Amino acid sequence: MSWYENPVKEPLRVPTAAIWTVCPKCNSYIANEEWAASCKVCPNCNYHARLGCRERVKLLTDKGSFREINADVGINDPLKFKDASGTYANKAKAAAVKAGIDESVLTGTCKIEGSPVVLCVMDFKFMGGSLGSGTGERILLAAERALKLKRPLIIVSASGGARMHEGIVSLMQMAKTCAAIAKVKEAGLPYYSVLTDPTTGGVSASYAMVGDLNIAEPKALIGFAGRRVIEQTIKQKLPDDFQTAEYTMAHGFIDHIIPRKDMKAFLAKILQYAGF
Amino acid sequence: MAKKTEKKMTSWDIVQIARHAERPNITSYIETMCDDFVELHGDRFFGDDRALIGGFATIGGEKVVLIGHRKGHSVEENIDANFGMASPEGYRKAMRLMKLAEKFSLPVVSLVDTPGAYPGCEAEANGQAEAIAHNLEFMARLKTPIVVVVCGEGGSGGALGIAVGDRVLMLQNAVYSVISPEGCASILWRDGSKAALAAETLKITADHLLKLKIIDSIIKEPVGGAHKKPATAIAAVKKAVLAEIAKLKKLTLDELVEERYQKFASMGRF
Ligand SMILES: [Zn+2]
Repeated sequence: MSWYENPVKEPLRVPTAAIWTVCPKCNSYIANEEWAASCKVCPNCNYHARLGCRERVKLLTDKGSFREINADVGINDPLKFKDASGTYANKAKAAAVKAGIDESVLTGTCKIEGSPVVLCVMDFKFMGGSLGSGTGERILLAAERALKLKRPLIIVSASGGARMHEGIVSLMQMAKTCAAIAKVKEAGLPYYSVLTDPTTGGVSASYAMVGDLNIAEPKALIGFAGRRVIEQTIKQKLPDDFQTAEYTMAHGFIDHIIPRKDMKAFLAKILQYAGF
Repeated sequence: MAKKTEKKMTSWDIVQIARHAERPNITSYIETMCDDFVELHGDRFFGDDRALIGGFATIGGEKVVLIGHRKGHSVEENIDANFGMASPEGYRKAMRLMKLAEKFSLPVVSLVDTPGAYPGCEAEANGQAEAIAHNLEFMARLKTPIVVVVCGEGGSGGALGIAVGDRVLMLQNAVYSVISPEGCASILWRDGSKAALAAETLKITADHLLKLKIIDSIIKEPVGGAHKKPATAIAAVKKAVLAEIAKLKKLTLDELVEERYQKFASMGRF
């Protein structure tokens, strides 16, 4: 479980040139307007920077069609967790302010080029997109909504994995979400998983990997164990492309890698193939 | 006197018992608890994991499919068993055997004892995440009873990959956690020596997990831990497993699967 490893930093804002954004991968300077126009994709190295959940919803859904559901489901603190830097309760509050969302996933109903779907979008800014019990409950309820409405389910993942602060309860969200997805698939409804940077640990080892189709953004980090843990275990350096979307597709676990600007049209197309 | 000693045990003490080199392992359970065992090898795709084994077993006259992580009692055994850290082919073998259990209407008994899924290069390349995820999805809907016993270490996703059951039982000195206390200490306290504190904070022992409704019941161990009197400990596991199978067999398969769904759906609702 490696959400804390956070190998890619948020784009650096250069104080001397407020009009530039520095690509977090290749360090090239990109004009802010160009950065925004490309939906935070680096024109130089094609790195797809992390998006907030609301930016992502805007990008993927028909204008004005998104209706949030499960907003009343909030975070839980089952362990009354406290570590060296304070209580989980306080950290979660601070994270909510920073991310502008009170759990690591936003769920809702929407249309994608006219097709009605139930959509879940994770947000790495909220505690590394970690899988809390609120996250799991929102995803389970979204899956149950898809069942009830007989609509496809789409989950866009961005997560380092489990949330240590909720201990075993976090781990159980992996089983809980997969159980709900199993019901959706059993009902003959499509479940599409979109893996964005990063999708690792307990999220890759649960709902993100069991899509009828698994679709990734270019260069997204996708894997189970963290790179450092593996390097310590095998006592070798890993290749640079290890655990990239491209590597994961080459090993047979991703159906397609789709650039951000084409994702909505691609989802619409594969929804049509499934009869939606 | 003995009671007093047990009461004073910290979570960290219990971690040491759960990891004790002589703690009964799956081989001990097979030898002591099973009248018969036919090991079934291989995932039919890639290999035969020695860290996660399984097969047909007869326990007190009850025919079951038994799966579980394998640790060794010696260094050689542990190297062969990869210290109980399973690879994708292990999880896929477990699924294959569970499918057989469903086909032949046999209950599944799953014995959990792993530090975690193997964090290796090949395991990643072969889809460790997908293998575990697929098991979670599949076990949630399996149309046959599943009784899980956390016997030693329940290490994160590597444990959960064979632990989605109708009943989840736990030995008194077993632990079950999202991350090892050492890992948690080095991340959240930035100090590996705070493992004992992390173990306490993470609430990984059976009594805590019962209160959190993650497990259904606790199987008592002999004073000092299961390794002190393995036969007694294993007899208690056998009795508990058979009692649960008998209860689960009374449900229709639809009831069974729906109750399993509700059990996991309610985890994390407070
Ligand atoms: Zn770049």
